[in-house]
Amino acid sequence: MAEHKLTTPLSDEDVKKLKAGDTVFLNGTIYTGRDAAHKRLVELIKKGEPLPVDFKGQVIYYVGPAPAKPGQAIGSAGPTTSYRMDPYAPALIEKGLKGMIGKGPRGEDVVEAMKKHCAVYLAATGGAAALIAKSVTKCEVIAYEDLGAEAIRKMEVKDMPLIVAQDCHGGNQFAEGVKQYEKT
Amino acid sequence: MREIRASQITELVKKLCIDANYNLGKDVWEKLEAGRKTEESPTGKAILDQILENAKIARDNEVPMCQDTGFAVIFCELGQDVHVVGGDFNEAINEGVRQGYGEGYLRKSIVDDPVIERKNTKDNTPAIIHLRIVPGDKLKITVAPKGGGSENMSEVKMMKPADGIEGVKEFVIDKVRRSGGNPCPPIVVGVGLGGTFEKCAFLAKKALLRPLGEHNKDPKYAEVEKELLERINKLGIGPQGLGGRTTALAVNIEVHPCHIASMPAAVNINCHASRHKEGTI
Repeated sequence: MAEHKLTTPLSDEDVKKLKAGDTVFLNGTIYTGRDAAHKRLVELIKKGEPLPVDFKGQVIYYVGPAPAKPGQAIGSAGPTTSYRMDPYAPALIEKGLKGMIGKGPRGEDVVEAMKKHCAVYLAATGGAAALIAKSVTKCEVIAYEDLGAEAIRKMEVKDMPLIVAQDCHGGNQFAEGVKQYEKT
Repeated sequence: MREIRASQITELVKKLCIDANYNLGKDVWEKLEAGRKTEESPTGKAILDQILENAKIARDNEVPMCQDTGFAVIFCELGQDVHVVGGDFNEAINEGVRQGYGEGYLRKSIVDDPVIERKNTKDNTPAIIHLRIVPGDKLKITVAPKGGGSENMSEVKMMKPADGIEGVKEFVIDKVRRSGGNPCPPIVVGVGLGGTFEKCAFLAKKALLRPLGEHNKDPKYAEVEKELLERINKLGIGPQGLGGRTTALAVNIEVHPCHIASMPAAVNINCHASRHKEGTI
């Protein structure tokens, strides 16, 4: 299982070399978004209106951080469960989104969109929120401030520790990992 | 009659909300370390390392272990010889949640209307309050912040008595299998058996408060707990569902008498932090 150091924005070549089970240390700008923000983004796409962020080559982190203490760039910031974003993700992938970060497996529609448009799904460790926050150097709300923890944030990350959970070739570490360690 | 001031209740709830979110329980810590030693998957081992390192950072920097600081689920055992003075009992608890989630920099995750409006209440209230009147003149409060990711992987099933204990085992294992990586494994599995529809759901939640490693006092159910834990850890789900041996840290079963026609069963899953802290006034 390979280790990759990546910097956003991601190209098709960056995504294609990632295989399920690989480790990634992610650098650069990423955006946050979860249930409520995704609902609004997809409503805009349906209406044909412009999005608050151009997602071409970008990565969305499914997170609603805790409030920052004085002196912190961000409060504890671990991933939320990704399947809740499955109804919205394909529309964003079509708009050029290259990566998603969350926890737990994705559904068939998302997998198909990832294969078709070359995108990757990365897992962060759920519940390791204080540790992950240490890799965030900057964070600001850029859209939907009224959503509070669910607002869209732009953040800078340095060596954010991730695992390739589902790759653009159909590889799925959830399925493969369980198969490998299952005892019947 | 012993008097307890509402402000004392608020103070204790506030302290417990913060403590439960910042500090991993000793029993959970030990189970995670044991899992780290026996985990065969390199990815699983690396994830357990991150979880343990995270607990140290949260403790040392006084920050929440997880960004989802949960719904404040609060269990109260109120002595019947206690007289609460100087305010409303439920409001005193909610004020404690308000202050704890505010001053502790905890995330506010509660929406007022569950379906249509879904507007954040901005102070994490109201709490879920379970009150039981008991003998004595003390008030024991347990705060168990419950995250949405694990709570969503819960289920109540009105089973037939004919399903028997084997049916219960299949139900629990199938629930854990289908939940996979979503509830942040390694998980704690709370199981409620018996009572009514709502009682068995409550028992499944209450089961999560039992210290890890402690079994049901009835040896029959203690055996079922041990068997279920062993079988769940053979499923291969592993830390975060990415494959491995450490899928659950414990299975805790609570039971209650039930109707001759019924056999309700409930599963409530907790994430690897298994947060809960208690205090007594």
